[in-house]
Parts: sequence; C-alpha cells; structure tokens
Amino acid sequence: MSILVNKDTKLIIQGLGSTGQFHTEKAIAYGTNMVGAVHPSKAGKTHVFEGETDHSGVPDRPDTYRVELPIFASVAEAVAETGANASVLYVPPPFAADAIMEAAASEIALAVTITEGIPVADMVRAKRYLDDKKTRLVGPNCPGVITPKQCKIGIMPGYIHQPGKIGVISRSGTLTYEAVHQLTQLGLGQTTAVGIGGDPVNGTNFVDVLRMFSDDPETEGVIMIGEIGGTAEEEAAAFVAEEMDKPVAGFIAGTTAPPGKRMGHAGAIVSGGKGTAEAKIAAMTEAGIVVAPTPTDMGNAMVEAMG
Amino acid sequence: MKIHEYQAKQLMAARGIAVPQGRVATTVDEAVAAVEPIVTETGNPVVVVKAQIHAGGRGKGRFTEYPDVGGVMVVTDGIEGGVSATEQAVSGLAEKMLGSTLVTMQTGDEGRTVNTLYVEQGIDIDRELYLSILLDRTEGRNVVMASTEGGMEIEKVAEETPEKILREVIDPAIGLADFQVNALVRGLDLNGDAAKNFVQFVKALADAAVAWDSDLVEINPLVVTTDGAVMALDGKMGFDDNALFRHPEIAAMRDPREEDPAELEAKDAGLSYINLDGTIGCLVNGAGLAMATMDTIKHVGGEPANFLDVGGGADEEQVAKAFRIITSDPKVKGIFVNIFGGIMRCDTIAIGIVAAVKEVGLEVPLVVRLEGTNVEEGKRIITESDVDVIAADDMKDGAAKIVALAG
Repeated sequence: MSILVNKDTKLIIQGLGSTGQFHTEKAIAYGTNMVGAVHPSKAGKTHVFEGETDHSGVPDRPDTYRVELPIFASVAEAVAETGANASVLYVPPPFAADAIMEAAASEIALAVTITEGIPVADMVRAKRYLDDKKTRLVGPNCPGVITPKQCKIGIMPGYIHQPGKIGVISRSGTLTYEAVHQLTQLGLGQTTAVGIGGDPVNGTNFVDVLRMFSDDPETEGVIMIGEIGGTAEEEAAAFVAEEMDKPVAGFIAGTTAPPGKRMGHAGAIVSGGKGTAEAKIAAMTEAGIVVAPTPTDMGNAMVEAMG
Repeated sequence: MKIHEYQAKQLMAARGIAVPQGRVATTVDEAVAAVEPIVTETGNPVVVVKAQIHAGGRGKGRFTEYPDVGGVMVVTDGIEGGVSATEQAVSGLAEKMLGSTLVTMQTGDEGRTVNTLYVEQGIDIDRELYLSILLDRTEGRNVVMASTEGGMEIEKVAEETPEKILREVIDPAIGLADFQVNALVRGLDLNGDAAKNFVQFVKALADAAVAWDSDLVEINPLVVTTDGAVMALDGKMGFDDNALFRHPEIAAMRDPREEDPAELEAKDAGLSYINLDGTIGCLVNGAGLAMATMDTIKHVGGEPANFLDVGGGADEEQVAKAFRIITSDPKVKGIFVNIFGGIMRCDTIAIGIVAAVKEVGLEVPLVVRLEGTNVEEGKRIITESDVDVIAADDMKDGAAKIVALAG
C-alpha cells in the first residue's frame, strides 16, 4: 500500500508551460499515468511526449514511450473525459490559486500544487473555497508526491527512491531528497514521500499526512522534516504523542536562522518569538520523536526510532 | 517588504484611516518648514520629531553621536514660546538626527543611519491600545488582535497576561463581521465617540489589509484622544513579496538604504541570500537544505556567513553570480557548496563554480559536496578543472572539512 497516489492514479496537468512540459516528460518517463492537460487556448489539440523510459520508475515497460496527451479547456472537462483522479499544477503564481479552485470545483480527489510564489491572500481565499470540497490540496510550493515505482507527481528526481516501508513528510524539497536518499541507501525505502510545501498557508499539513501513514499498513515508520515558522510541527508532535503507534524520526531546519528574516521559503520565518527551531525540537522530542541533529543523520534517526 | 512609518501613514490616510497630521523631511529646512502648517492646522503647539528607520524600539533608542537624543522626540517648546520656539527646537533636533546613527534594541549595535524624519502633531492621549492584523497560519486566515495594553510589546503581553489579548479570525468570504467588531469594542471597553470611531477604524483597516496584500499591519499604539478621536500613533506594515506585482505603488516605497546591498544584488539575480555574522560562506540549492547547511556548520563548531539558496532552476550564470557574492564578503574564510541535485543538475553547478573561480579567483578553502542528478558529470567537471576543491562525502563531512580548514 501507500498513501495519496499509486499505480491507479490518473493524472492531469494544469499549467503546461515549459516547466510543466519538462516535468510531464519526466513523469511519463517514470511511468506515471498522465491522461490529459488543461489549457483553454489549446483545447482540442494534443501534446506529444516521447522519449526514453526511466527504468527506475514503474517496472516492465518498453525502453521508449510515446504519449499523445489530450488537451482540454477546463478541469471539469478533463475529468469527465479521462476519469482523472489527480491534478498537478504548474500554473504561474498570479493564476495558481484560481486554478486550485477550478480543480476543487471538479471534485477531483487530489490537487498537487508545485507553484512557488502564490500570494498569501490568494491562498487564504482558495483554502476557504476548499473547505467544503472533496479535493485534497497538497502544497503549494512543494516538490510533490511520489510512491516509488508506481506514480511520481512533481519535480523530485525519481531514481533516488525505492519502494519500502518508511513514509516521508517534508516542508522542504531538497531535504526530502536527502531523507529519501538515505532511506534508500539503508535499504528501508519509502512507501510514499509527500512534500507539503514551504508556504505559510497550505492545503495539507503534517497531521493530515501522519494520520494517513498511521492508517497505512505498509508504512512502518515516518520521517517528518520541518523548519522554522508557524506551529505545524508542534501540532504534529501532539498528534504523534496521542495517536501514533508507529516510530517517528524527524529533523527541523533553521536552528541558526536569525529572527525576523524569511529564510527562502515564504513560511520560514521566526516572528514575535514564535516558530523557533528550539521549540519545535523540544515538542517533538517530548512526543518521543527521534530528532536528527543534522540532516545527514536522518536515516540513522529512523533506524534508532524503529529500535 | 517593509516600509517606513510615514509611508504606512500615507497608505492609511489614503483609505480614510485616521492618522495624525504629519510631514516628511529629509533636510533640516524641510523639518523646520513642517512645523508651522502642522501647528496651525491642528491648533496643538506640541510636535513630535520621529526618525524613520525599518526597526522598532525607536522611542527608547539613542543616537550614537548624540546619546541624549532618542529616535522619537516630543517638542513642547511651542507651548510657551510659540511656533518660532518650536521651529528652533526642531531645527536643532533635525540637525543632530539626520545623518546620524540610531541604535535600538532591534538594530544591533551598529545601528541605522537616519535619512528621513517625520514631523507630526502632538496628541492629547487618553488611552493607548494595541491593534494588529496578521496571518494566523494554523487557521489559514487573517486574525485581528487587539489589546488594552497599547504601547507595550505585544509578545510580552501575550506571555504575561494572555487574557488581555482579543482575537477575531476573519472569514475571507465575509470579512470582519459586525458582531466581531462589537466584541472588540466591548473587550477594549470603548464608549461613545471613541467606540464609534474605533468601529470605523478597524473595519477600514481590515479591508485595507486585504487590499494591500499586507502580511502584517501593527498599530501600536492606537490612541484614543481626550476628545474621543481614534488614530494610529505608530504604524508598522509588512507586505507579501509574492503579491507586490499587483501593487506597484507599494513596491515603489521600497527604501534600498534600509536593506543589505549584497541581499539586494542577490535578489536582482533571482537568488535568495541573507547575510549573517559567521565566517563560512554557503552555496546551496533549496531553502530547507540551505538552512540545514547553516545548522550543520554550527553543529560541527563553525558559524555560517550567509544563507544562500540558488533555487531549483538556476543556470550557470546565476551560480557564478552567487559564488561572486560569497567571495566578495570579507568575513568569509571558507566556502561550502552543498548541492542535492533534483531539477538542479550537479554539472550546472560545477560549470558555474569553475567559471566563477576562473573569473574572480579563490583565496579561501572551498569544499564541495555534490549529490543527485548528474553527480558524476559534476564531479568530473570539477576534478578536470584546475580549481582547488576539497570533495566531501556527505553534508556533515563537508561541513566538518570546511570548518577545520577555515579555522
């Protein structure tokens, strides 16, 4: 098993610009089942993707692929025509929140938003819109979601992943790759790796994903990677202490970050004494999470947590 | 993005939010010229001269050059001596404040040079309240925070007397509702004209916060005057950088003198860079990894000189630019390049670094850790160049190596 995405995921893309095309190519090469694209001005046409198969992805495929991706005017139309159950968004920041709402209006199960730089006020409105919709938003400003050798949605390098038993949740892209790489080297592998994103307002939080991993029989342990800003890690720690039976390891980035400065991610800021790495590490340790002192130690922290 | 108090008050005034009368001055003459019209219009002989810097604690702050002068000076000479006495006093203050260095608890010991003054009317204060609008990240919505404890640091109030902080979460589909405003009025114990004026103030401010795409509006203190007026005596605002594209009038308020020149240069090149106090320069891809690299340097006994995220899609030119920004920092005694290639390919990083070293030279040790996409090609490019590089196995190994080499 896995969470959020698997071999049955049928994916559409919103935002088929150069970045979207580049990553669609990689996703198809990995074996992700891409079924359509949304682009009003190109509706009715197709976009052809062809190239060499990425054999680190879905097994037992020919060495080359050719996919003629149909383009639709709207998400609703794409879902109706293809039966898609997930969308990935590479829509530019000024239009991204609207695209999220359009995805939600179609009641598609999952909308993974890669876009970085969406105005916070737009996300506040979009999140409100999602309140009574079935769609789960992951991101924005995230690397995406991958279940190794089944489905890759997003911008992560596929080949570092390996099917296994650890769930990964992270606010940071490159730190996710560090954790995944170490888990692969240790032979633990991953069930699913979820990037929840570095923005202050996002669709899916640590607690949401922890709950899913907790319910997933194949996931035997979880690594959660947080960073300064907000209190999501503290809330996650409380959940782990109260409701989680599986071992959890973690890391928090930003111990040395000066207060009041935004550290790259829009959400990574210590303000008014809130959101410090120290407070998060303390809450996690208190909850029984093994917190790695450096990212290089994340894999070993997982091993330690599993006893 | 931050702006000055006077700019915040201009924005508020433009939306009908009550602020005191004031005028901006960048010279002594302008400061003096501000006095007469303010006194005439308000009928109050008292004026206040306020230093404009992007840091709080100005009232208690002191000028390095003139330890008896603070960042906010109340001039009462006019009560007995009339406008000319006020002008004379303002002239003396402006002379000292302009071009001098103001040190507050938020500026660090080096302080900030004051280039602009704001001359404002005196206010007969009855009560000082606190009011702010900011994002509640757990709710994913804006929240209005108010308190009777105006003029104090709100963090301190939150810690010592949390019951004195009122909170109303704003539904983005509705806006700040009347019943919420009424709850604030009751909680702040406002009556009569003051209550009426507060309602108008807070509603206008809540609308404005959304209209401006501000990530923080803090009015501390919000004053109630002896005749029941409610106005912003101070105004601190921050804006969502990601939304500035739709607010050119706010973007134009940026004061580059308040920002680190290297940080501005990096921003122009599409890089995310923050200058710090240590000696180890860092060049990293990804914000989380860049923070974690700083932490790891500290963990092995060093101090990072900067945060630098070249991002996921940087080209060779941006990498070279990033490298030049780090090498031009005189504090830097060693450089650690830490890359986990995802979209960012290791060979791109390698080409950029080799090009930058060839162009600007390398006078400090350089440790490079490459992992991920095209790692072999990246390592080959560096090995085959004549750049003097120490390779690292992983992040912690790299941090330990550069800290040992840089002493």
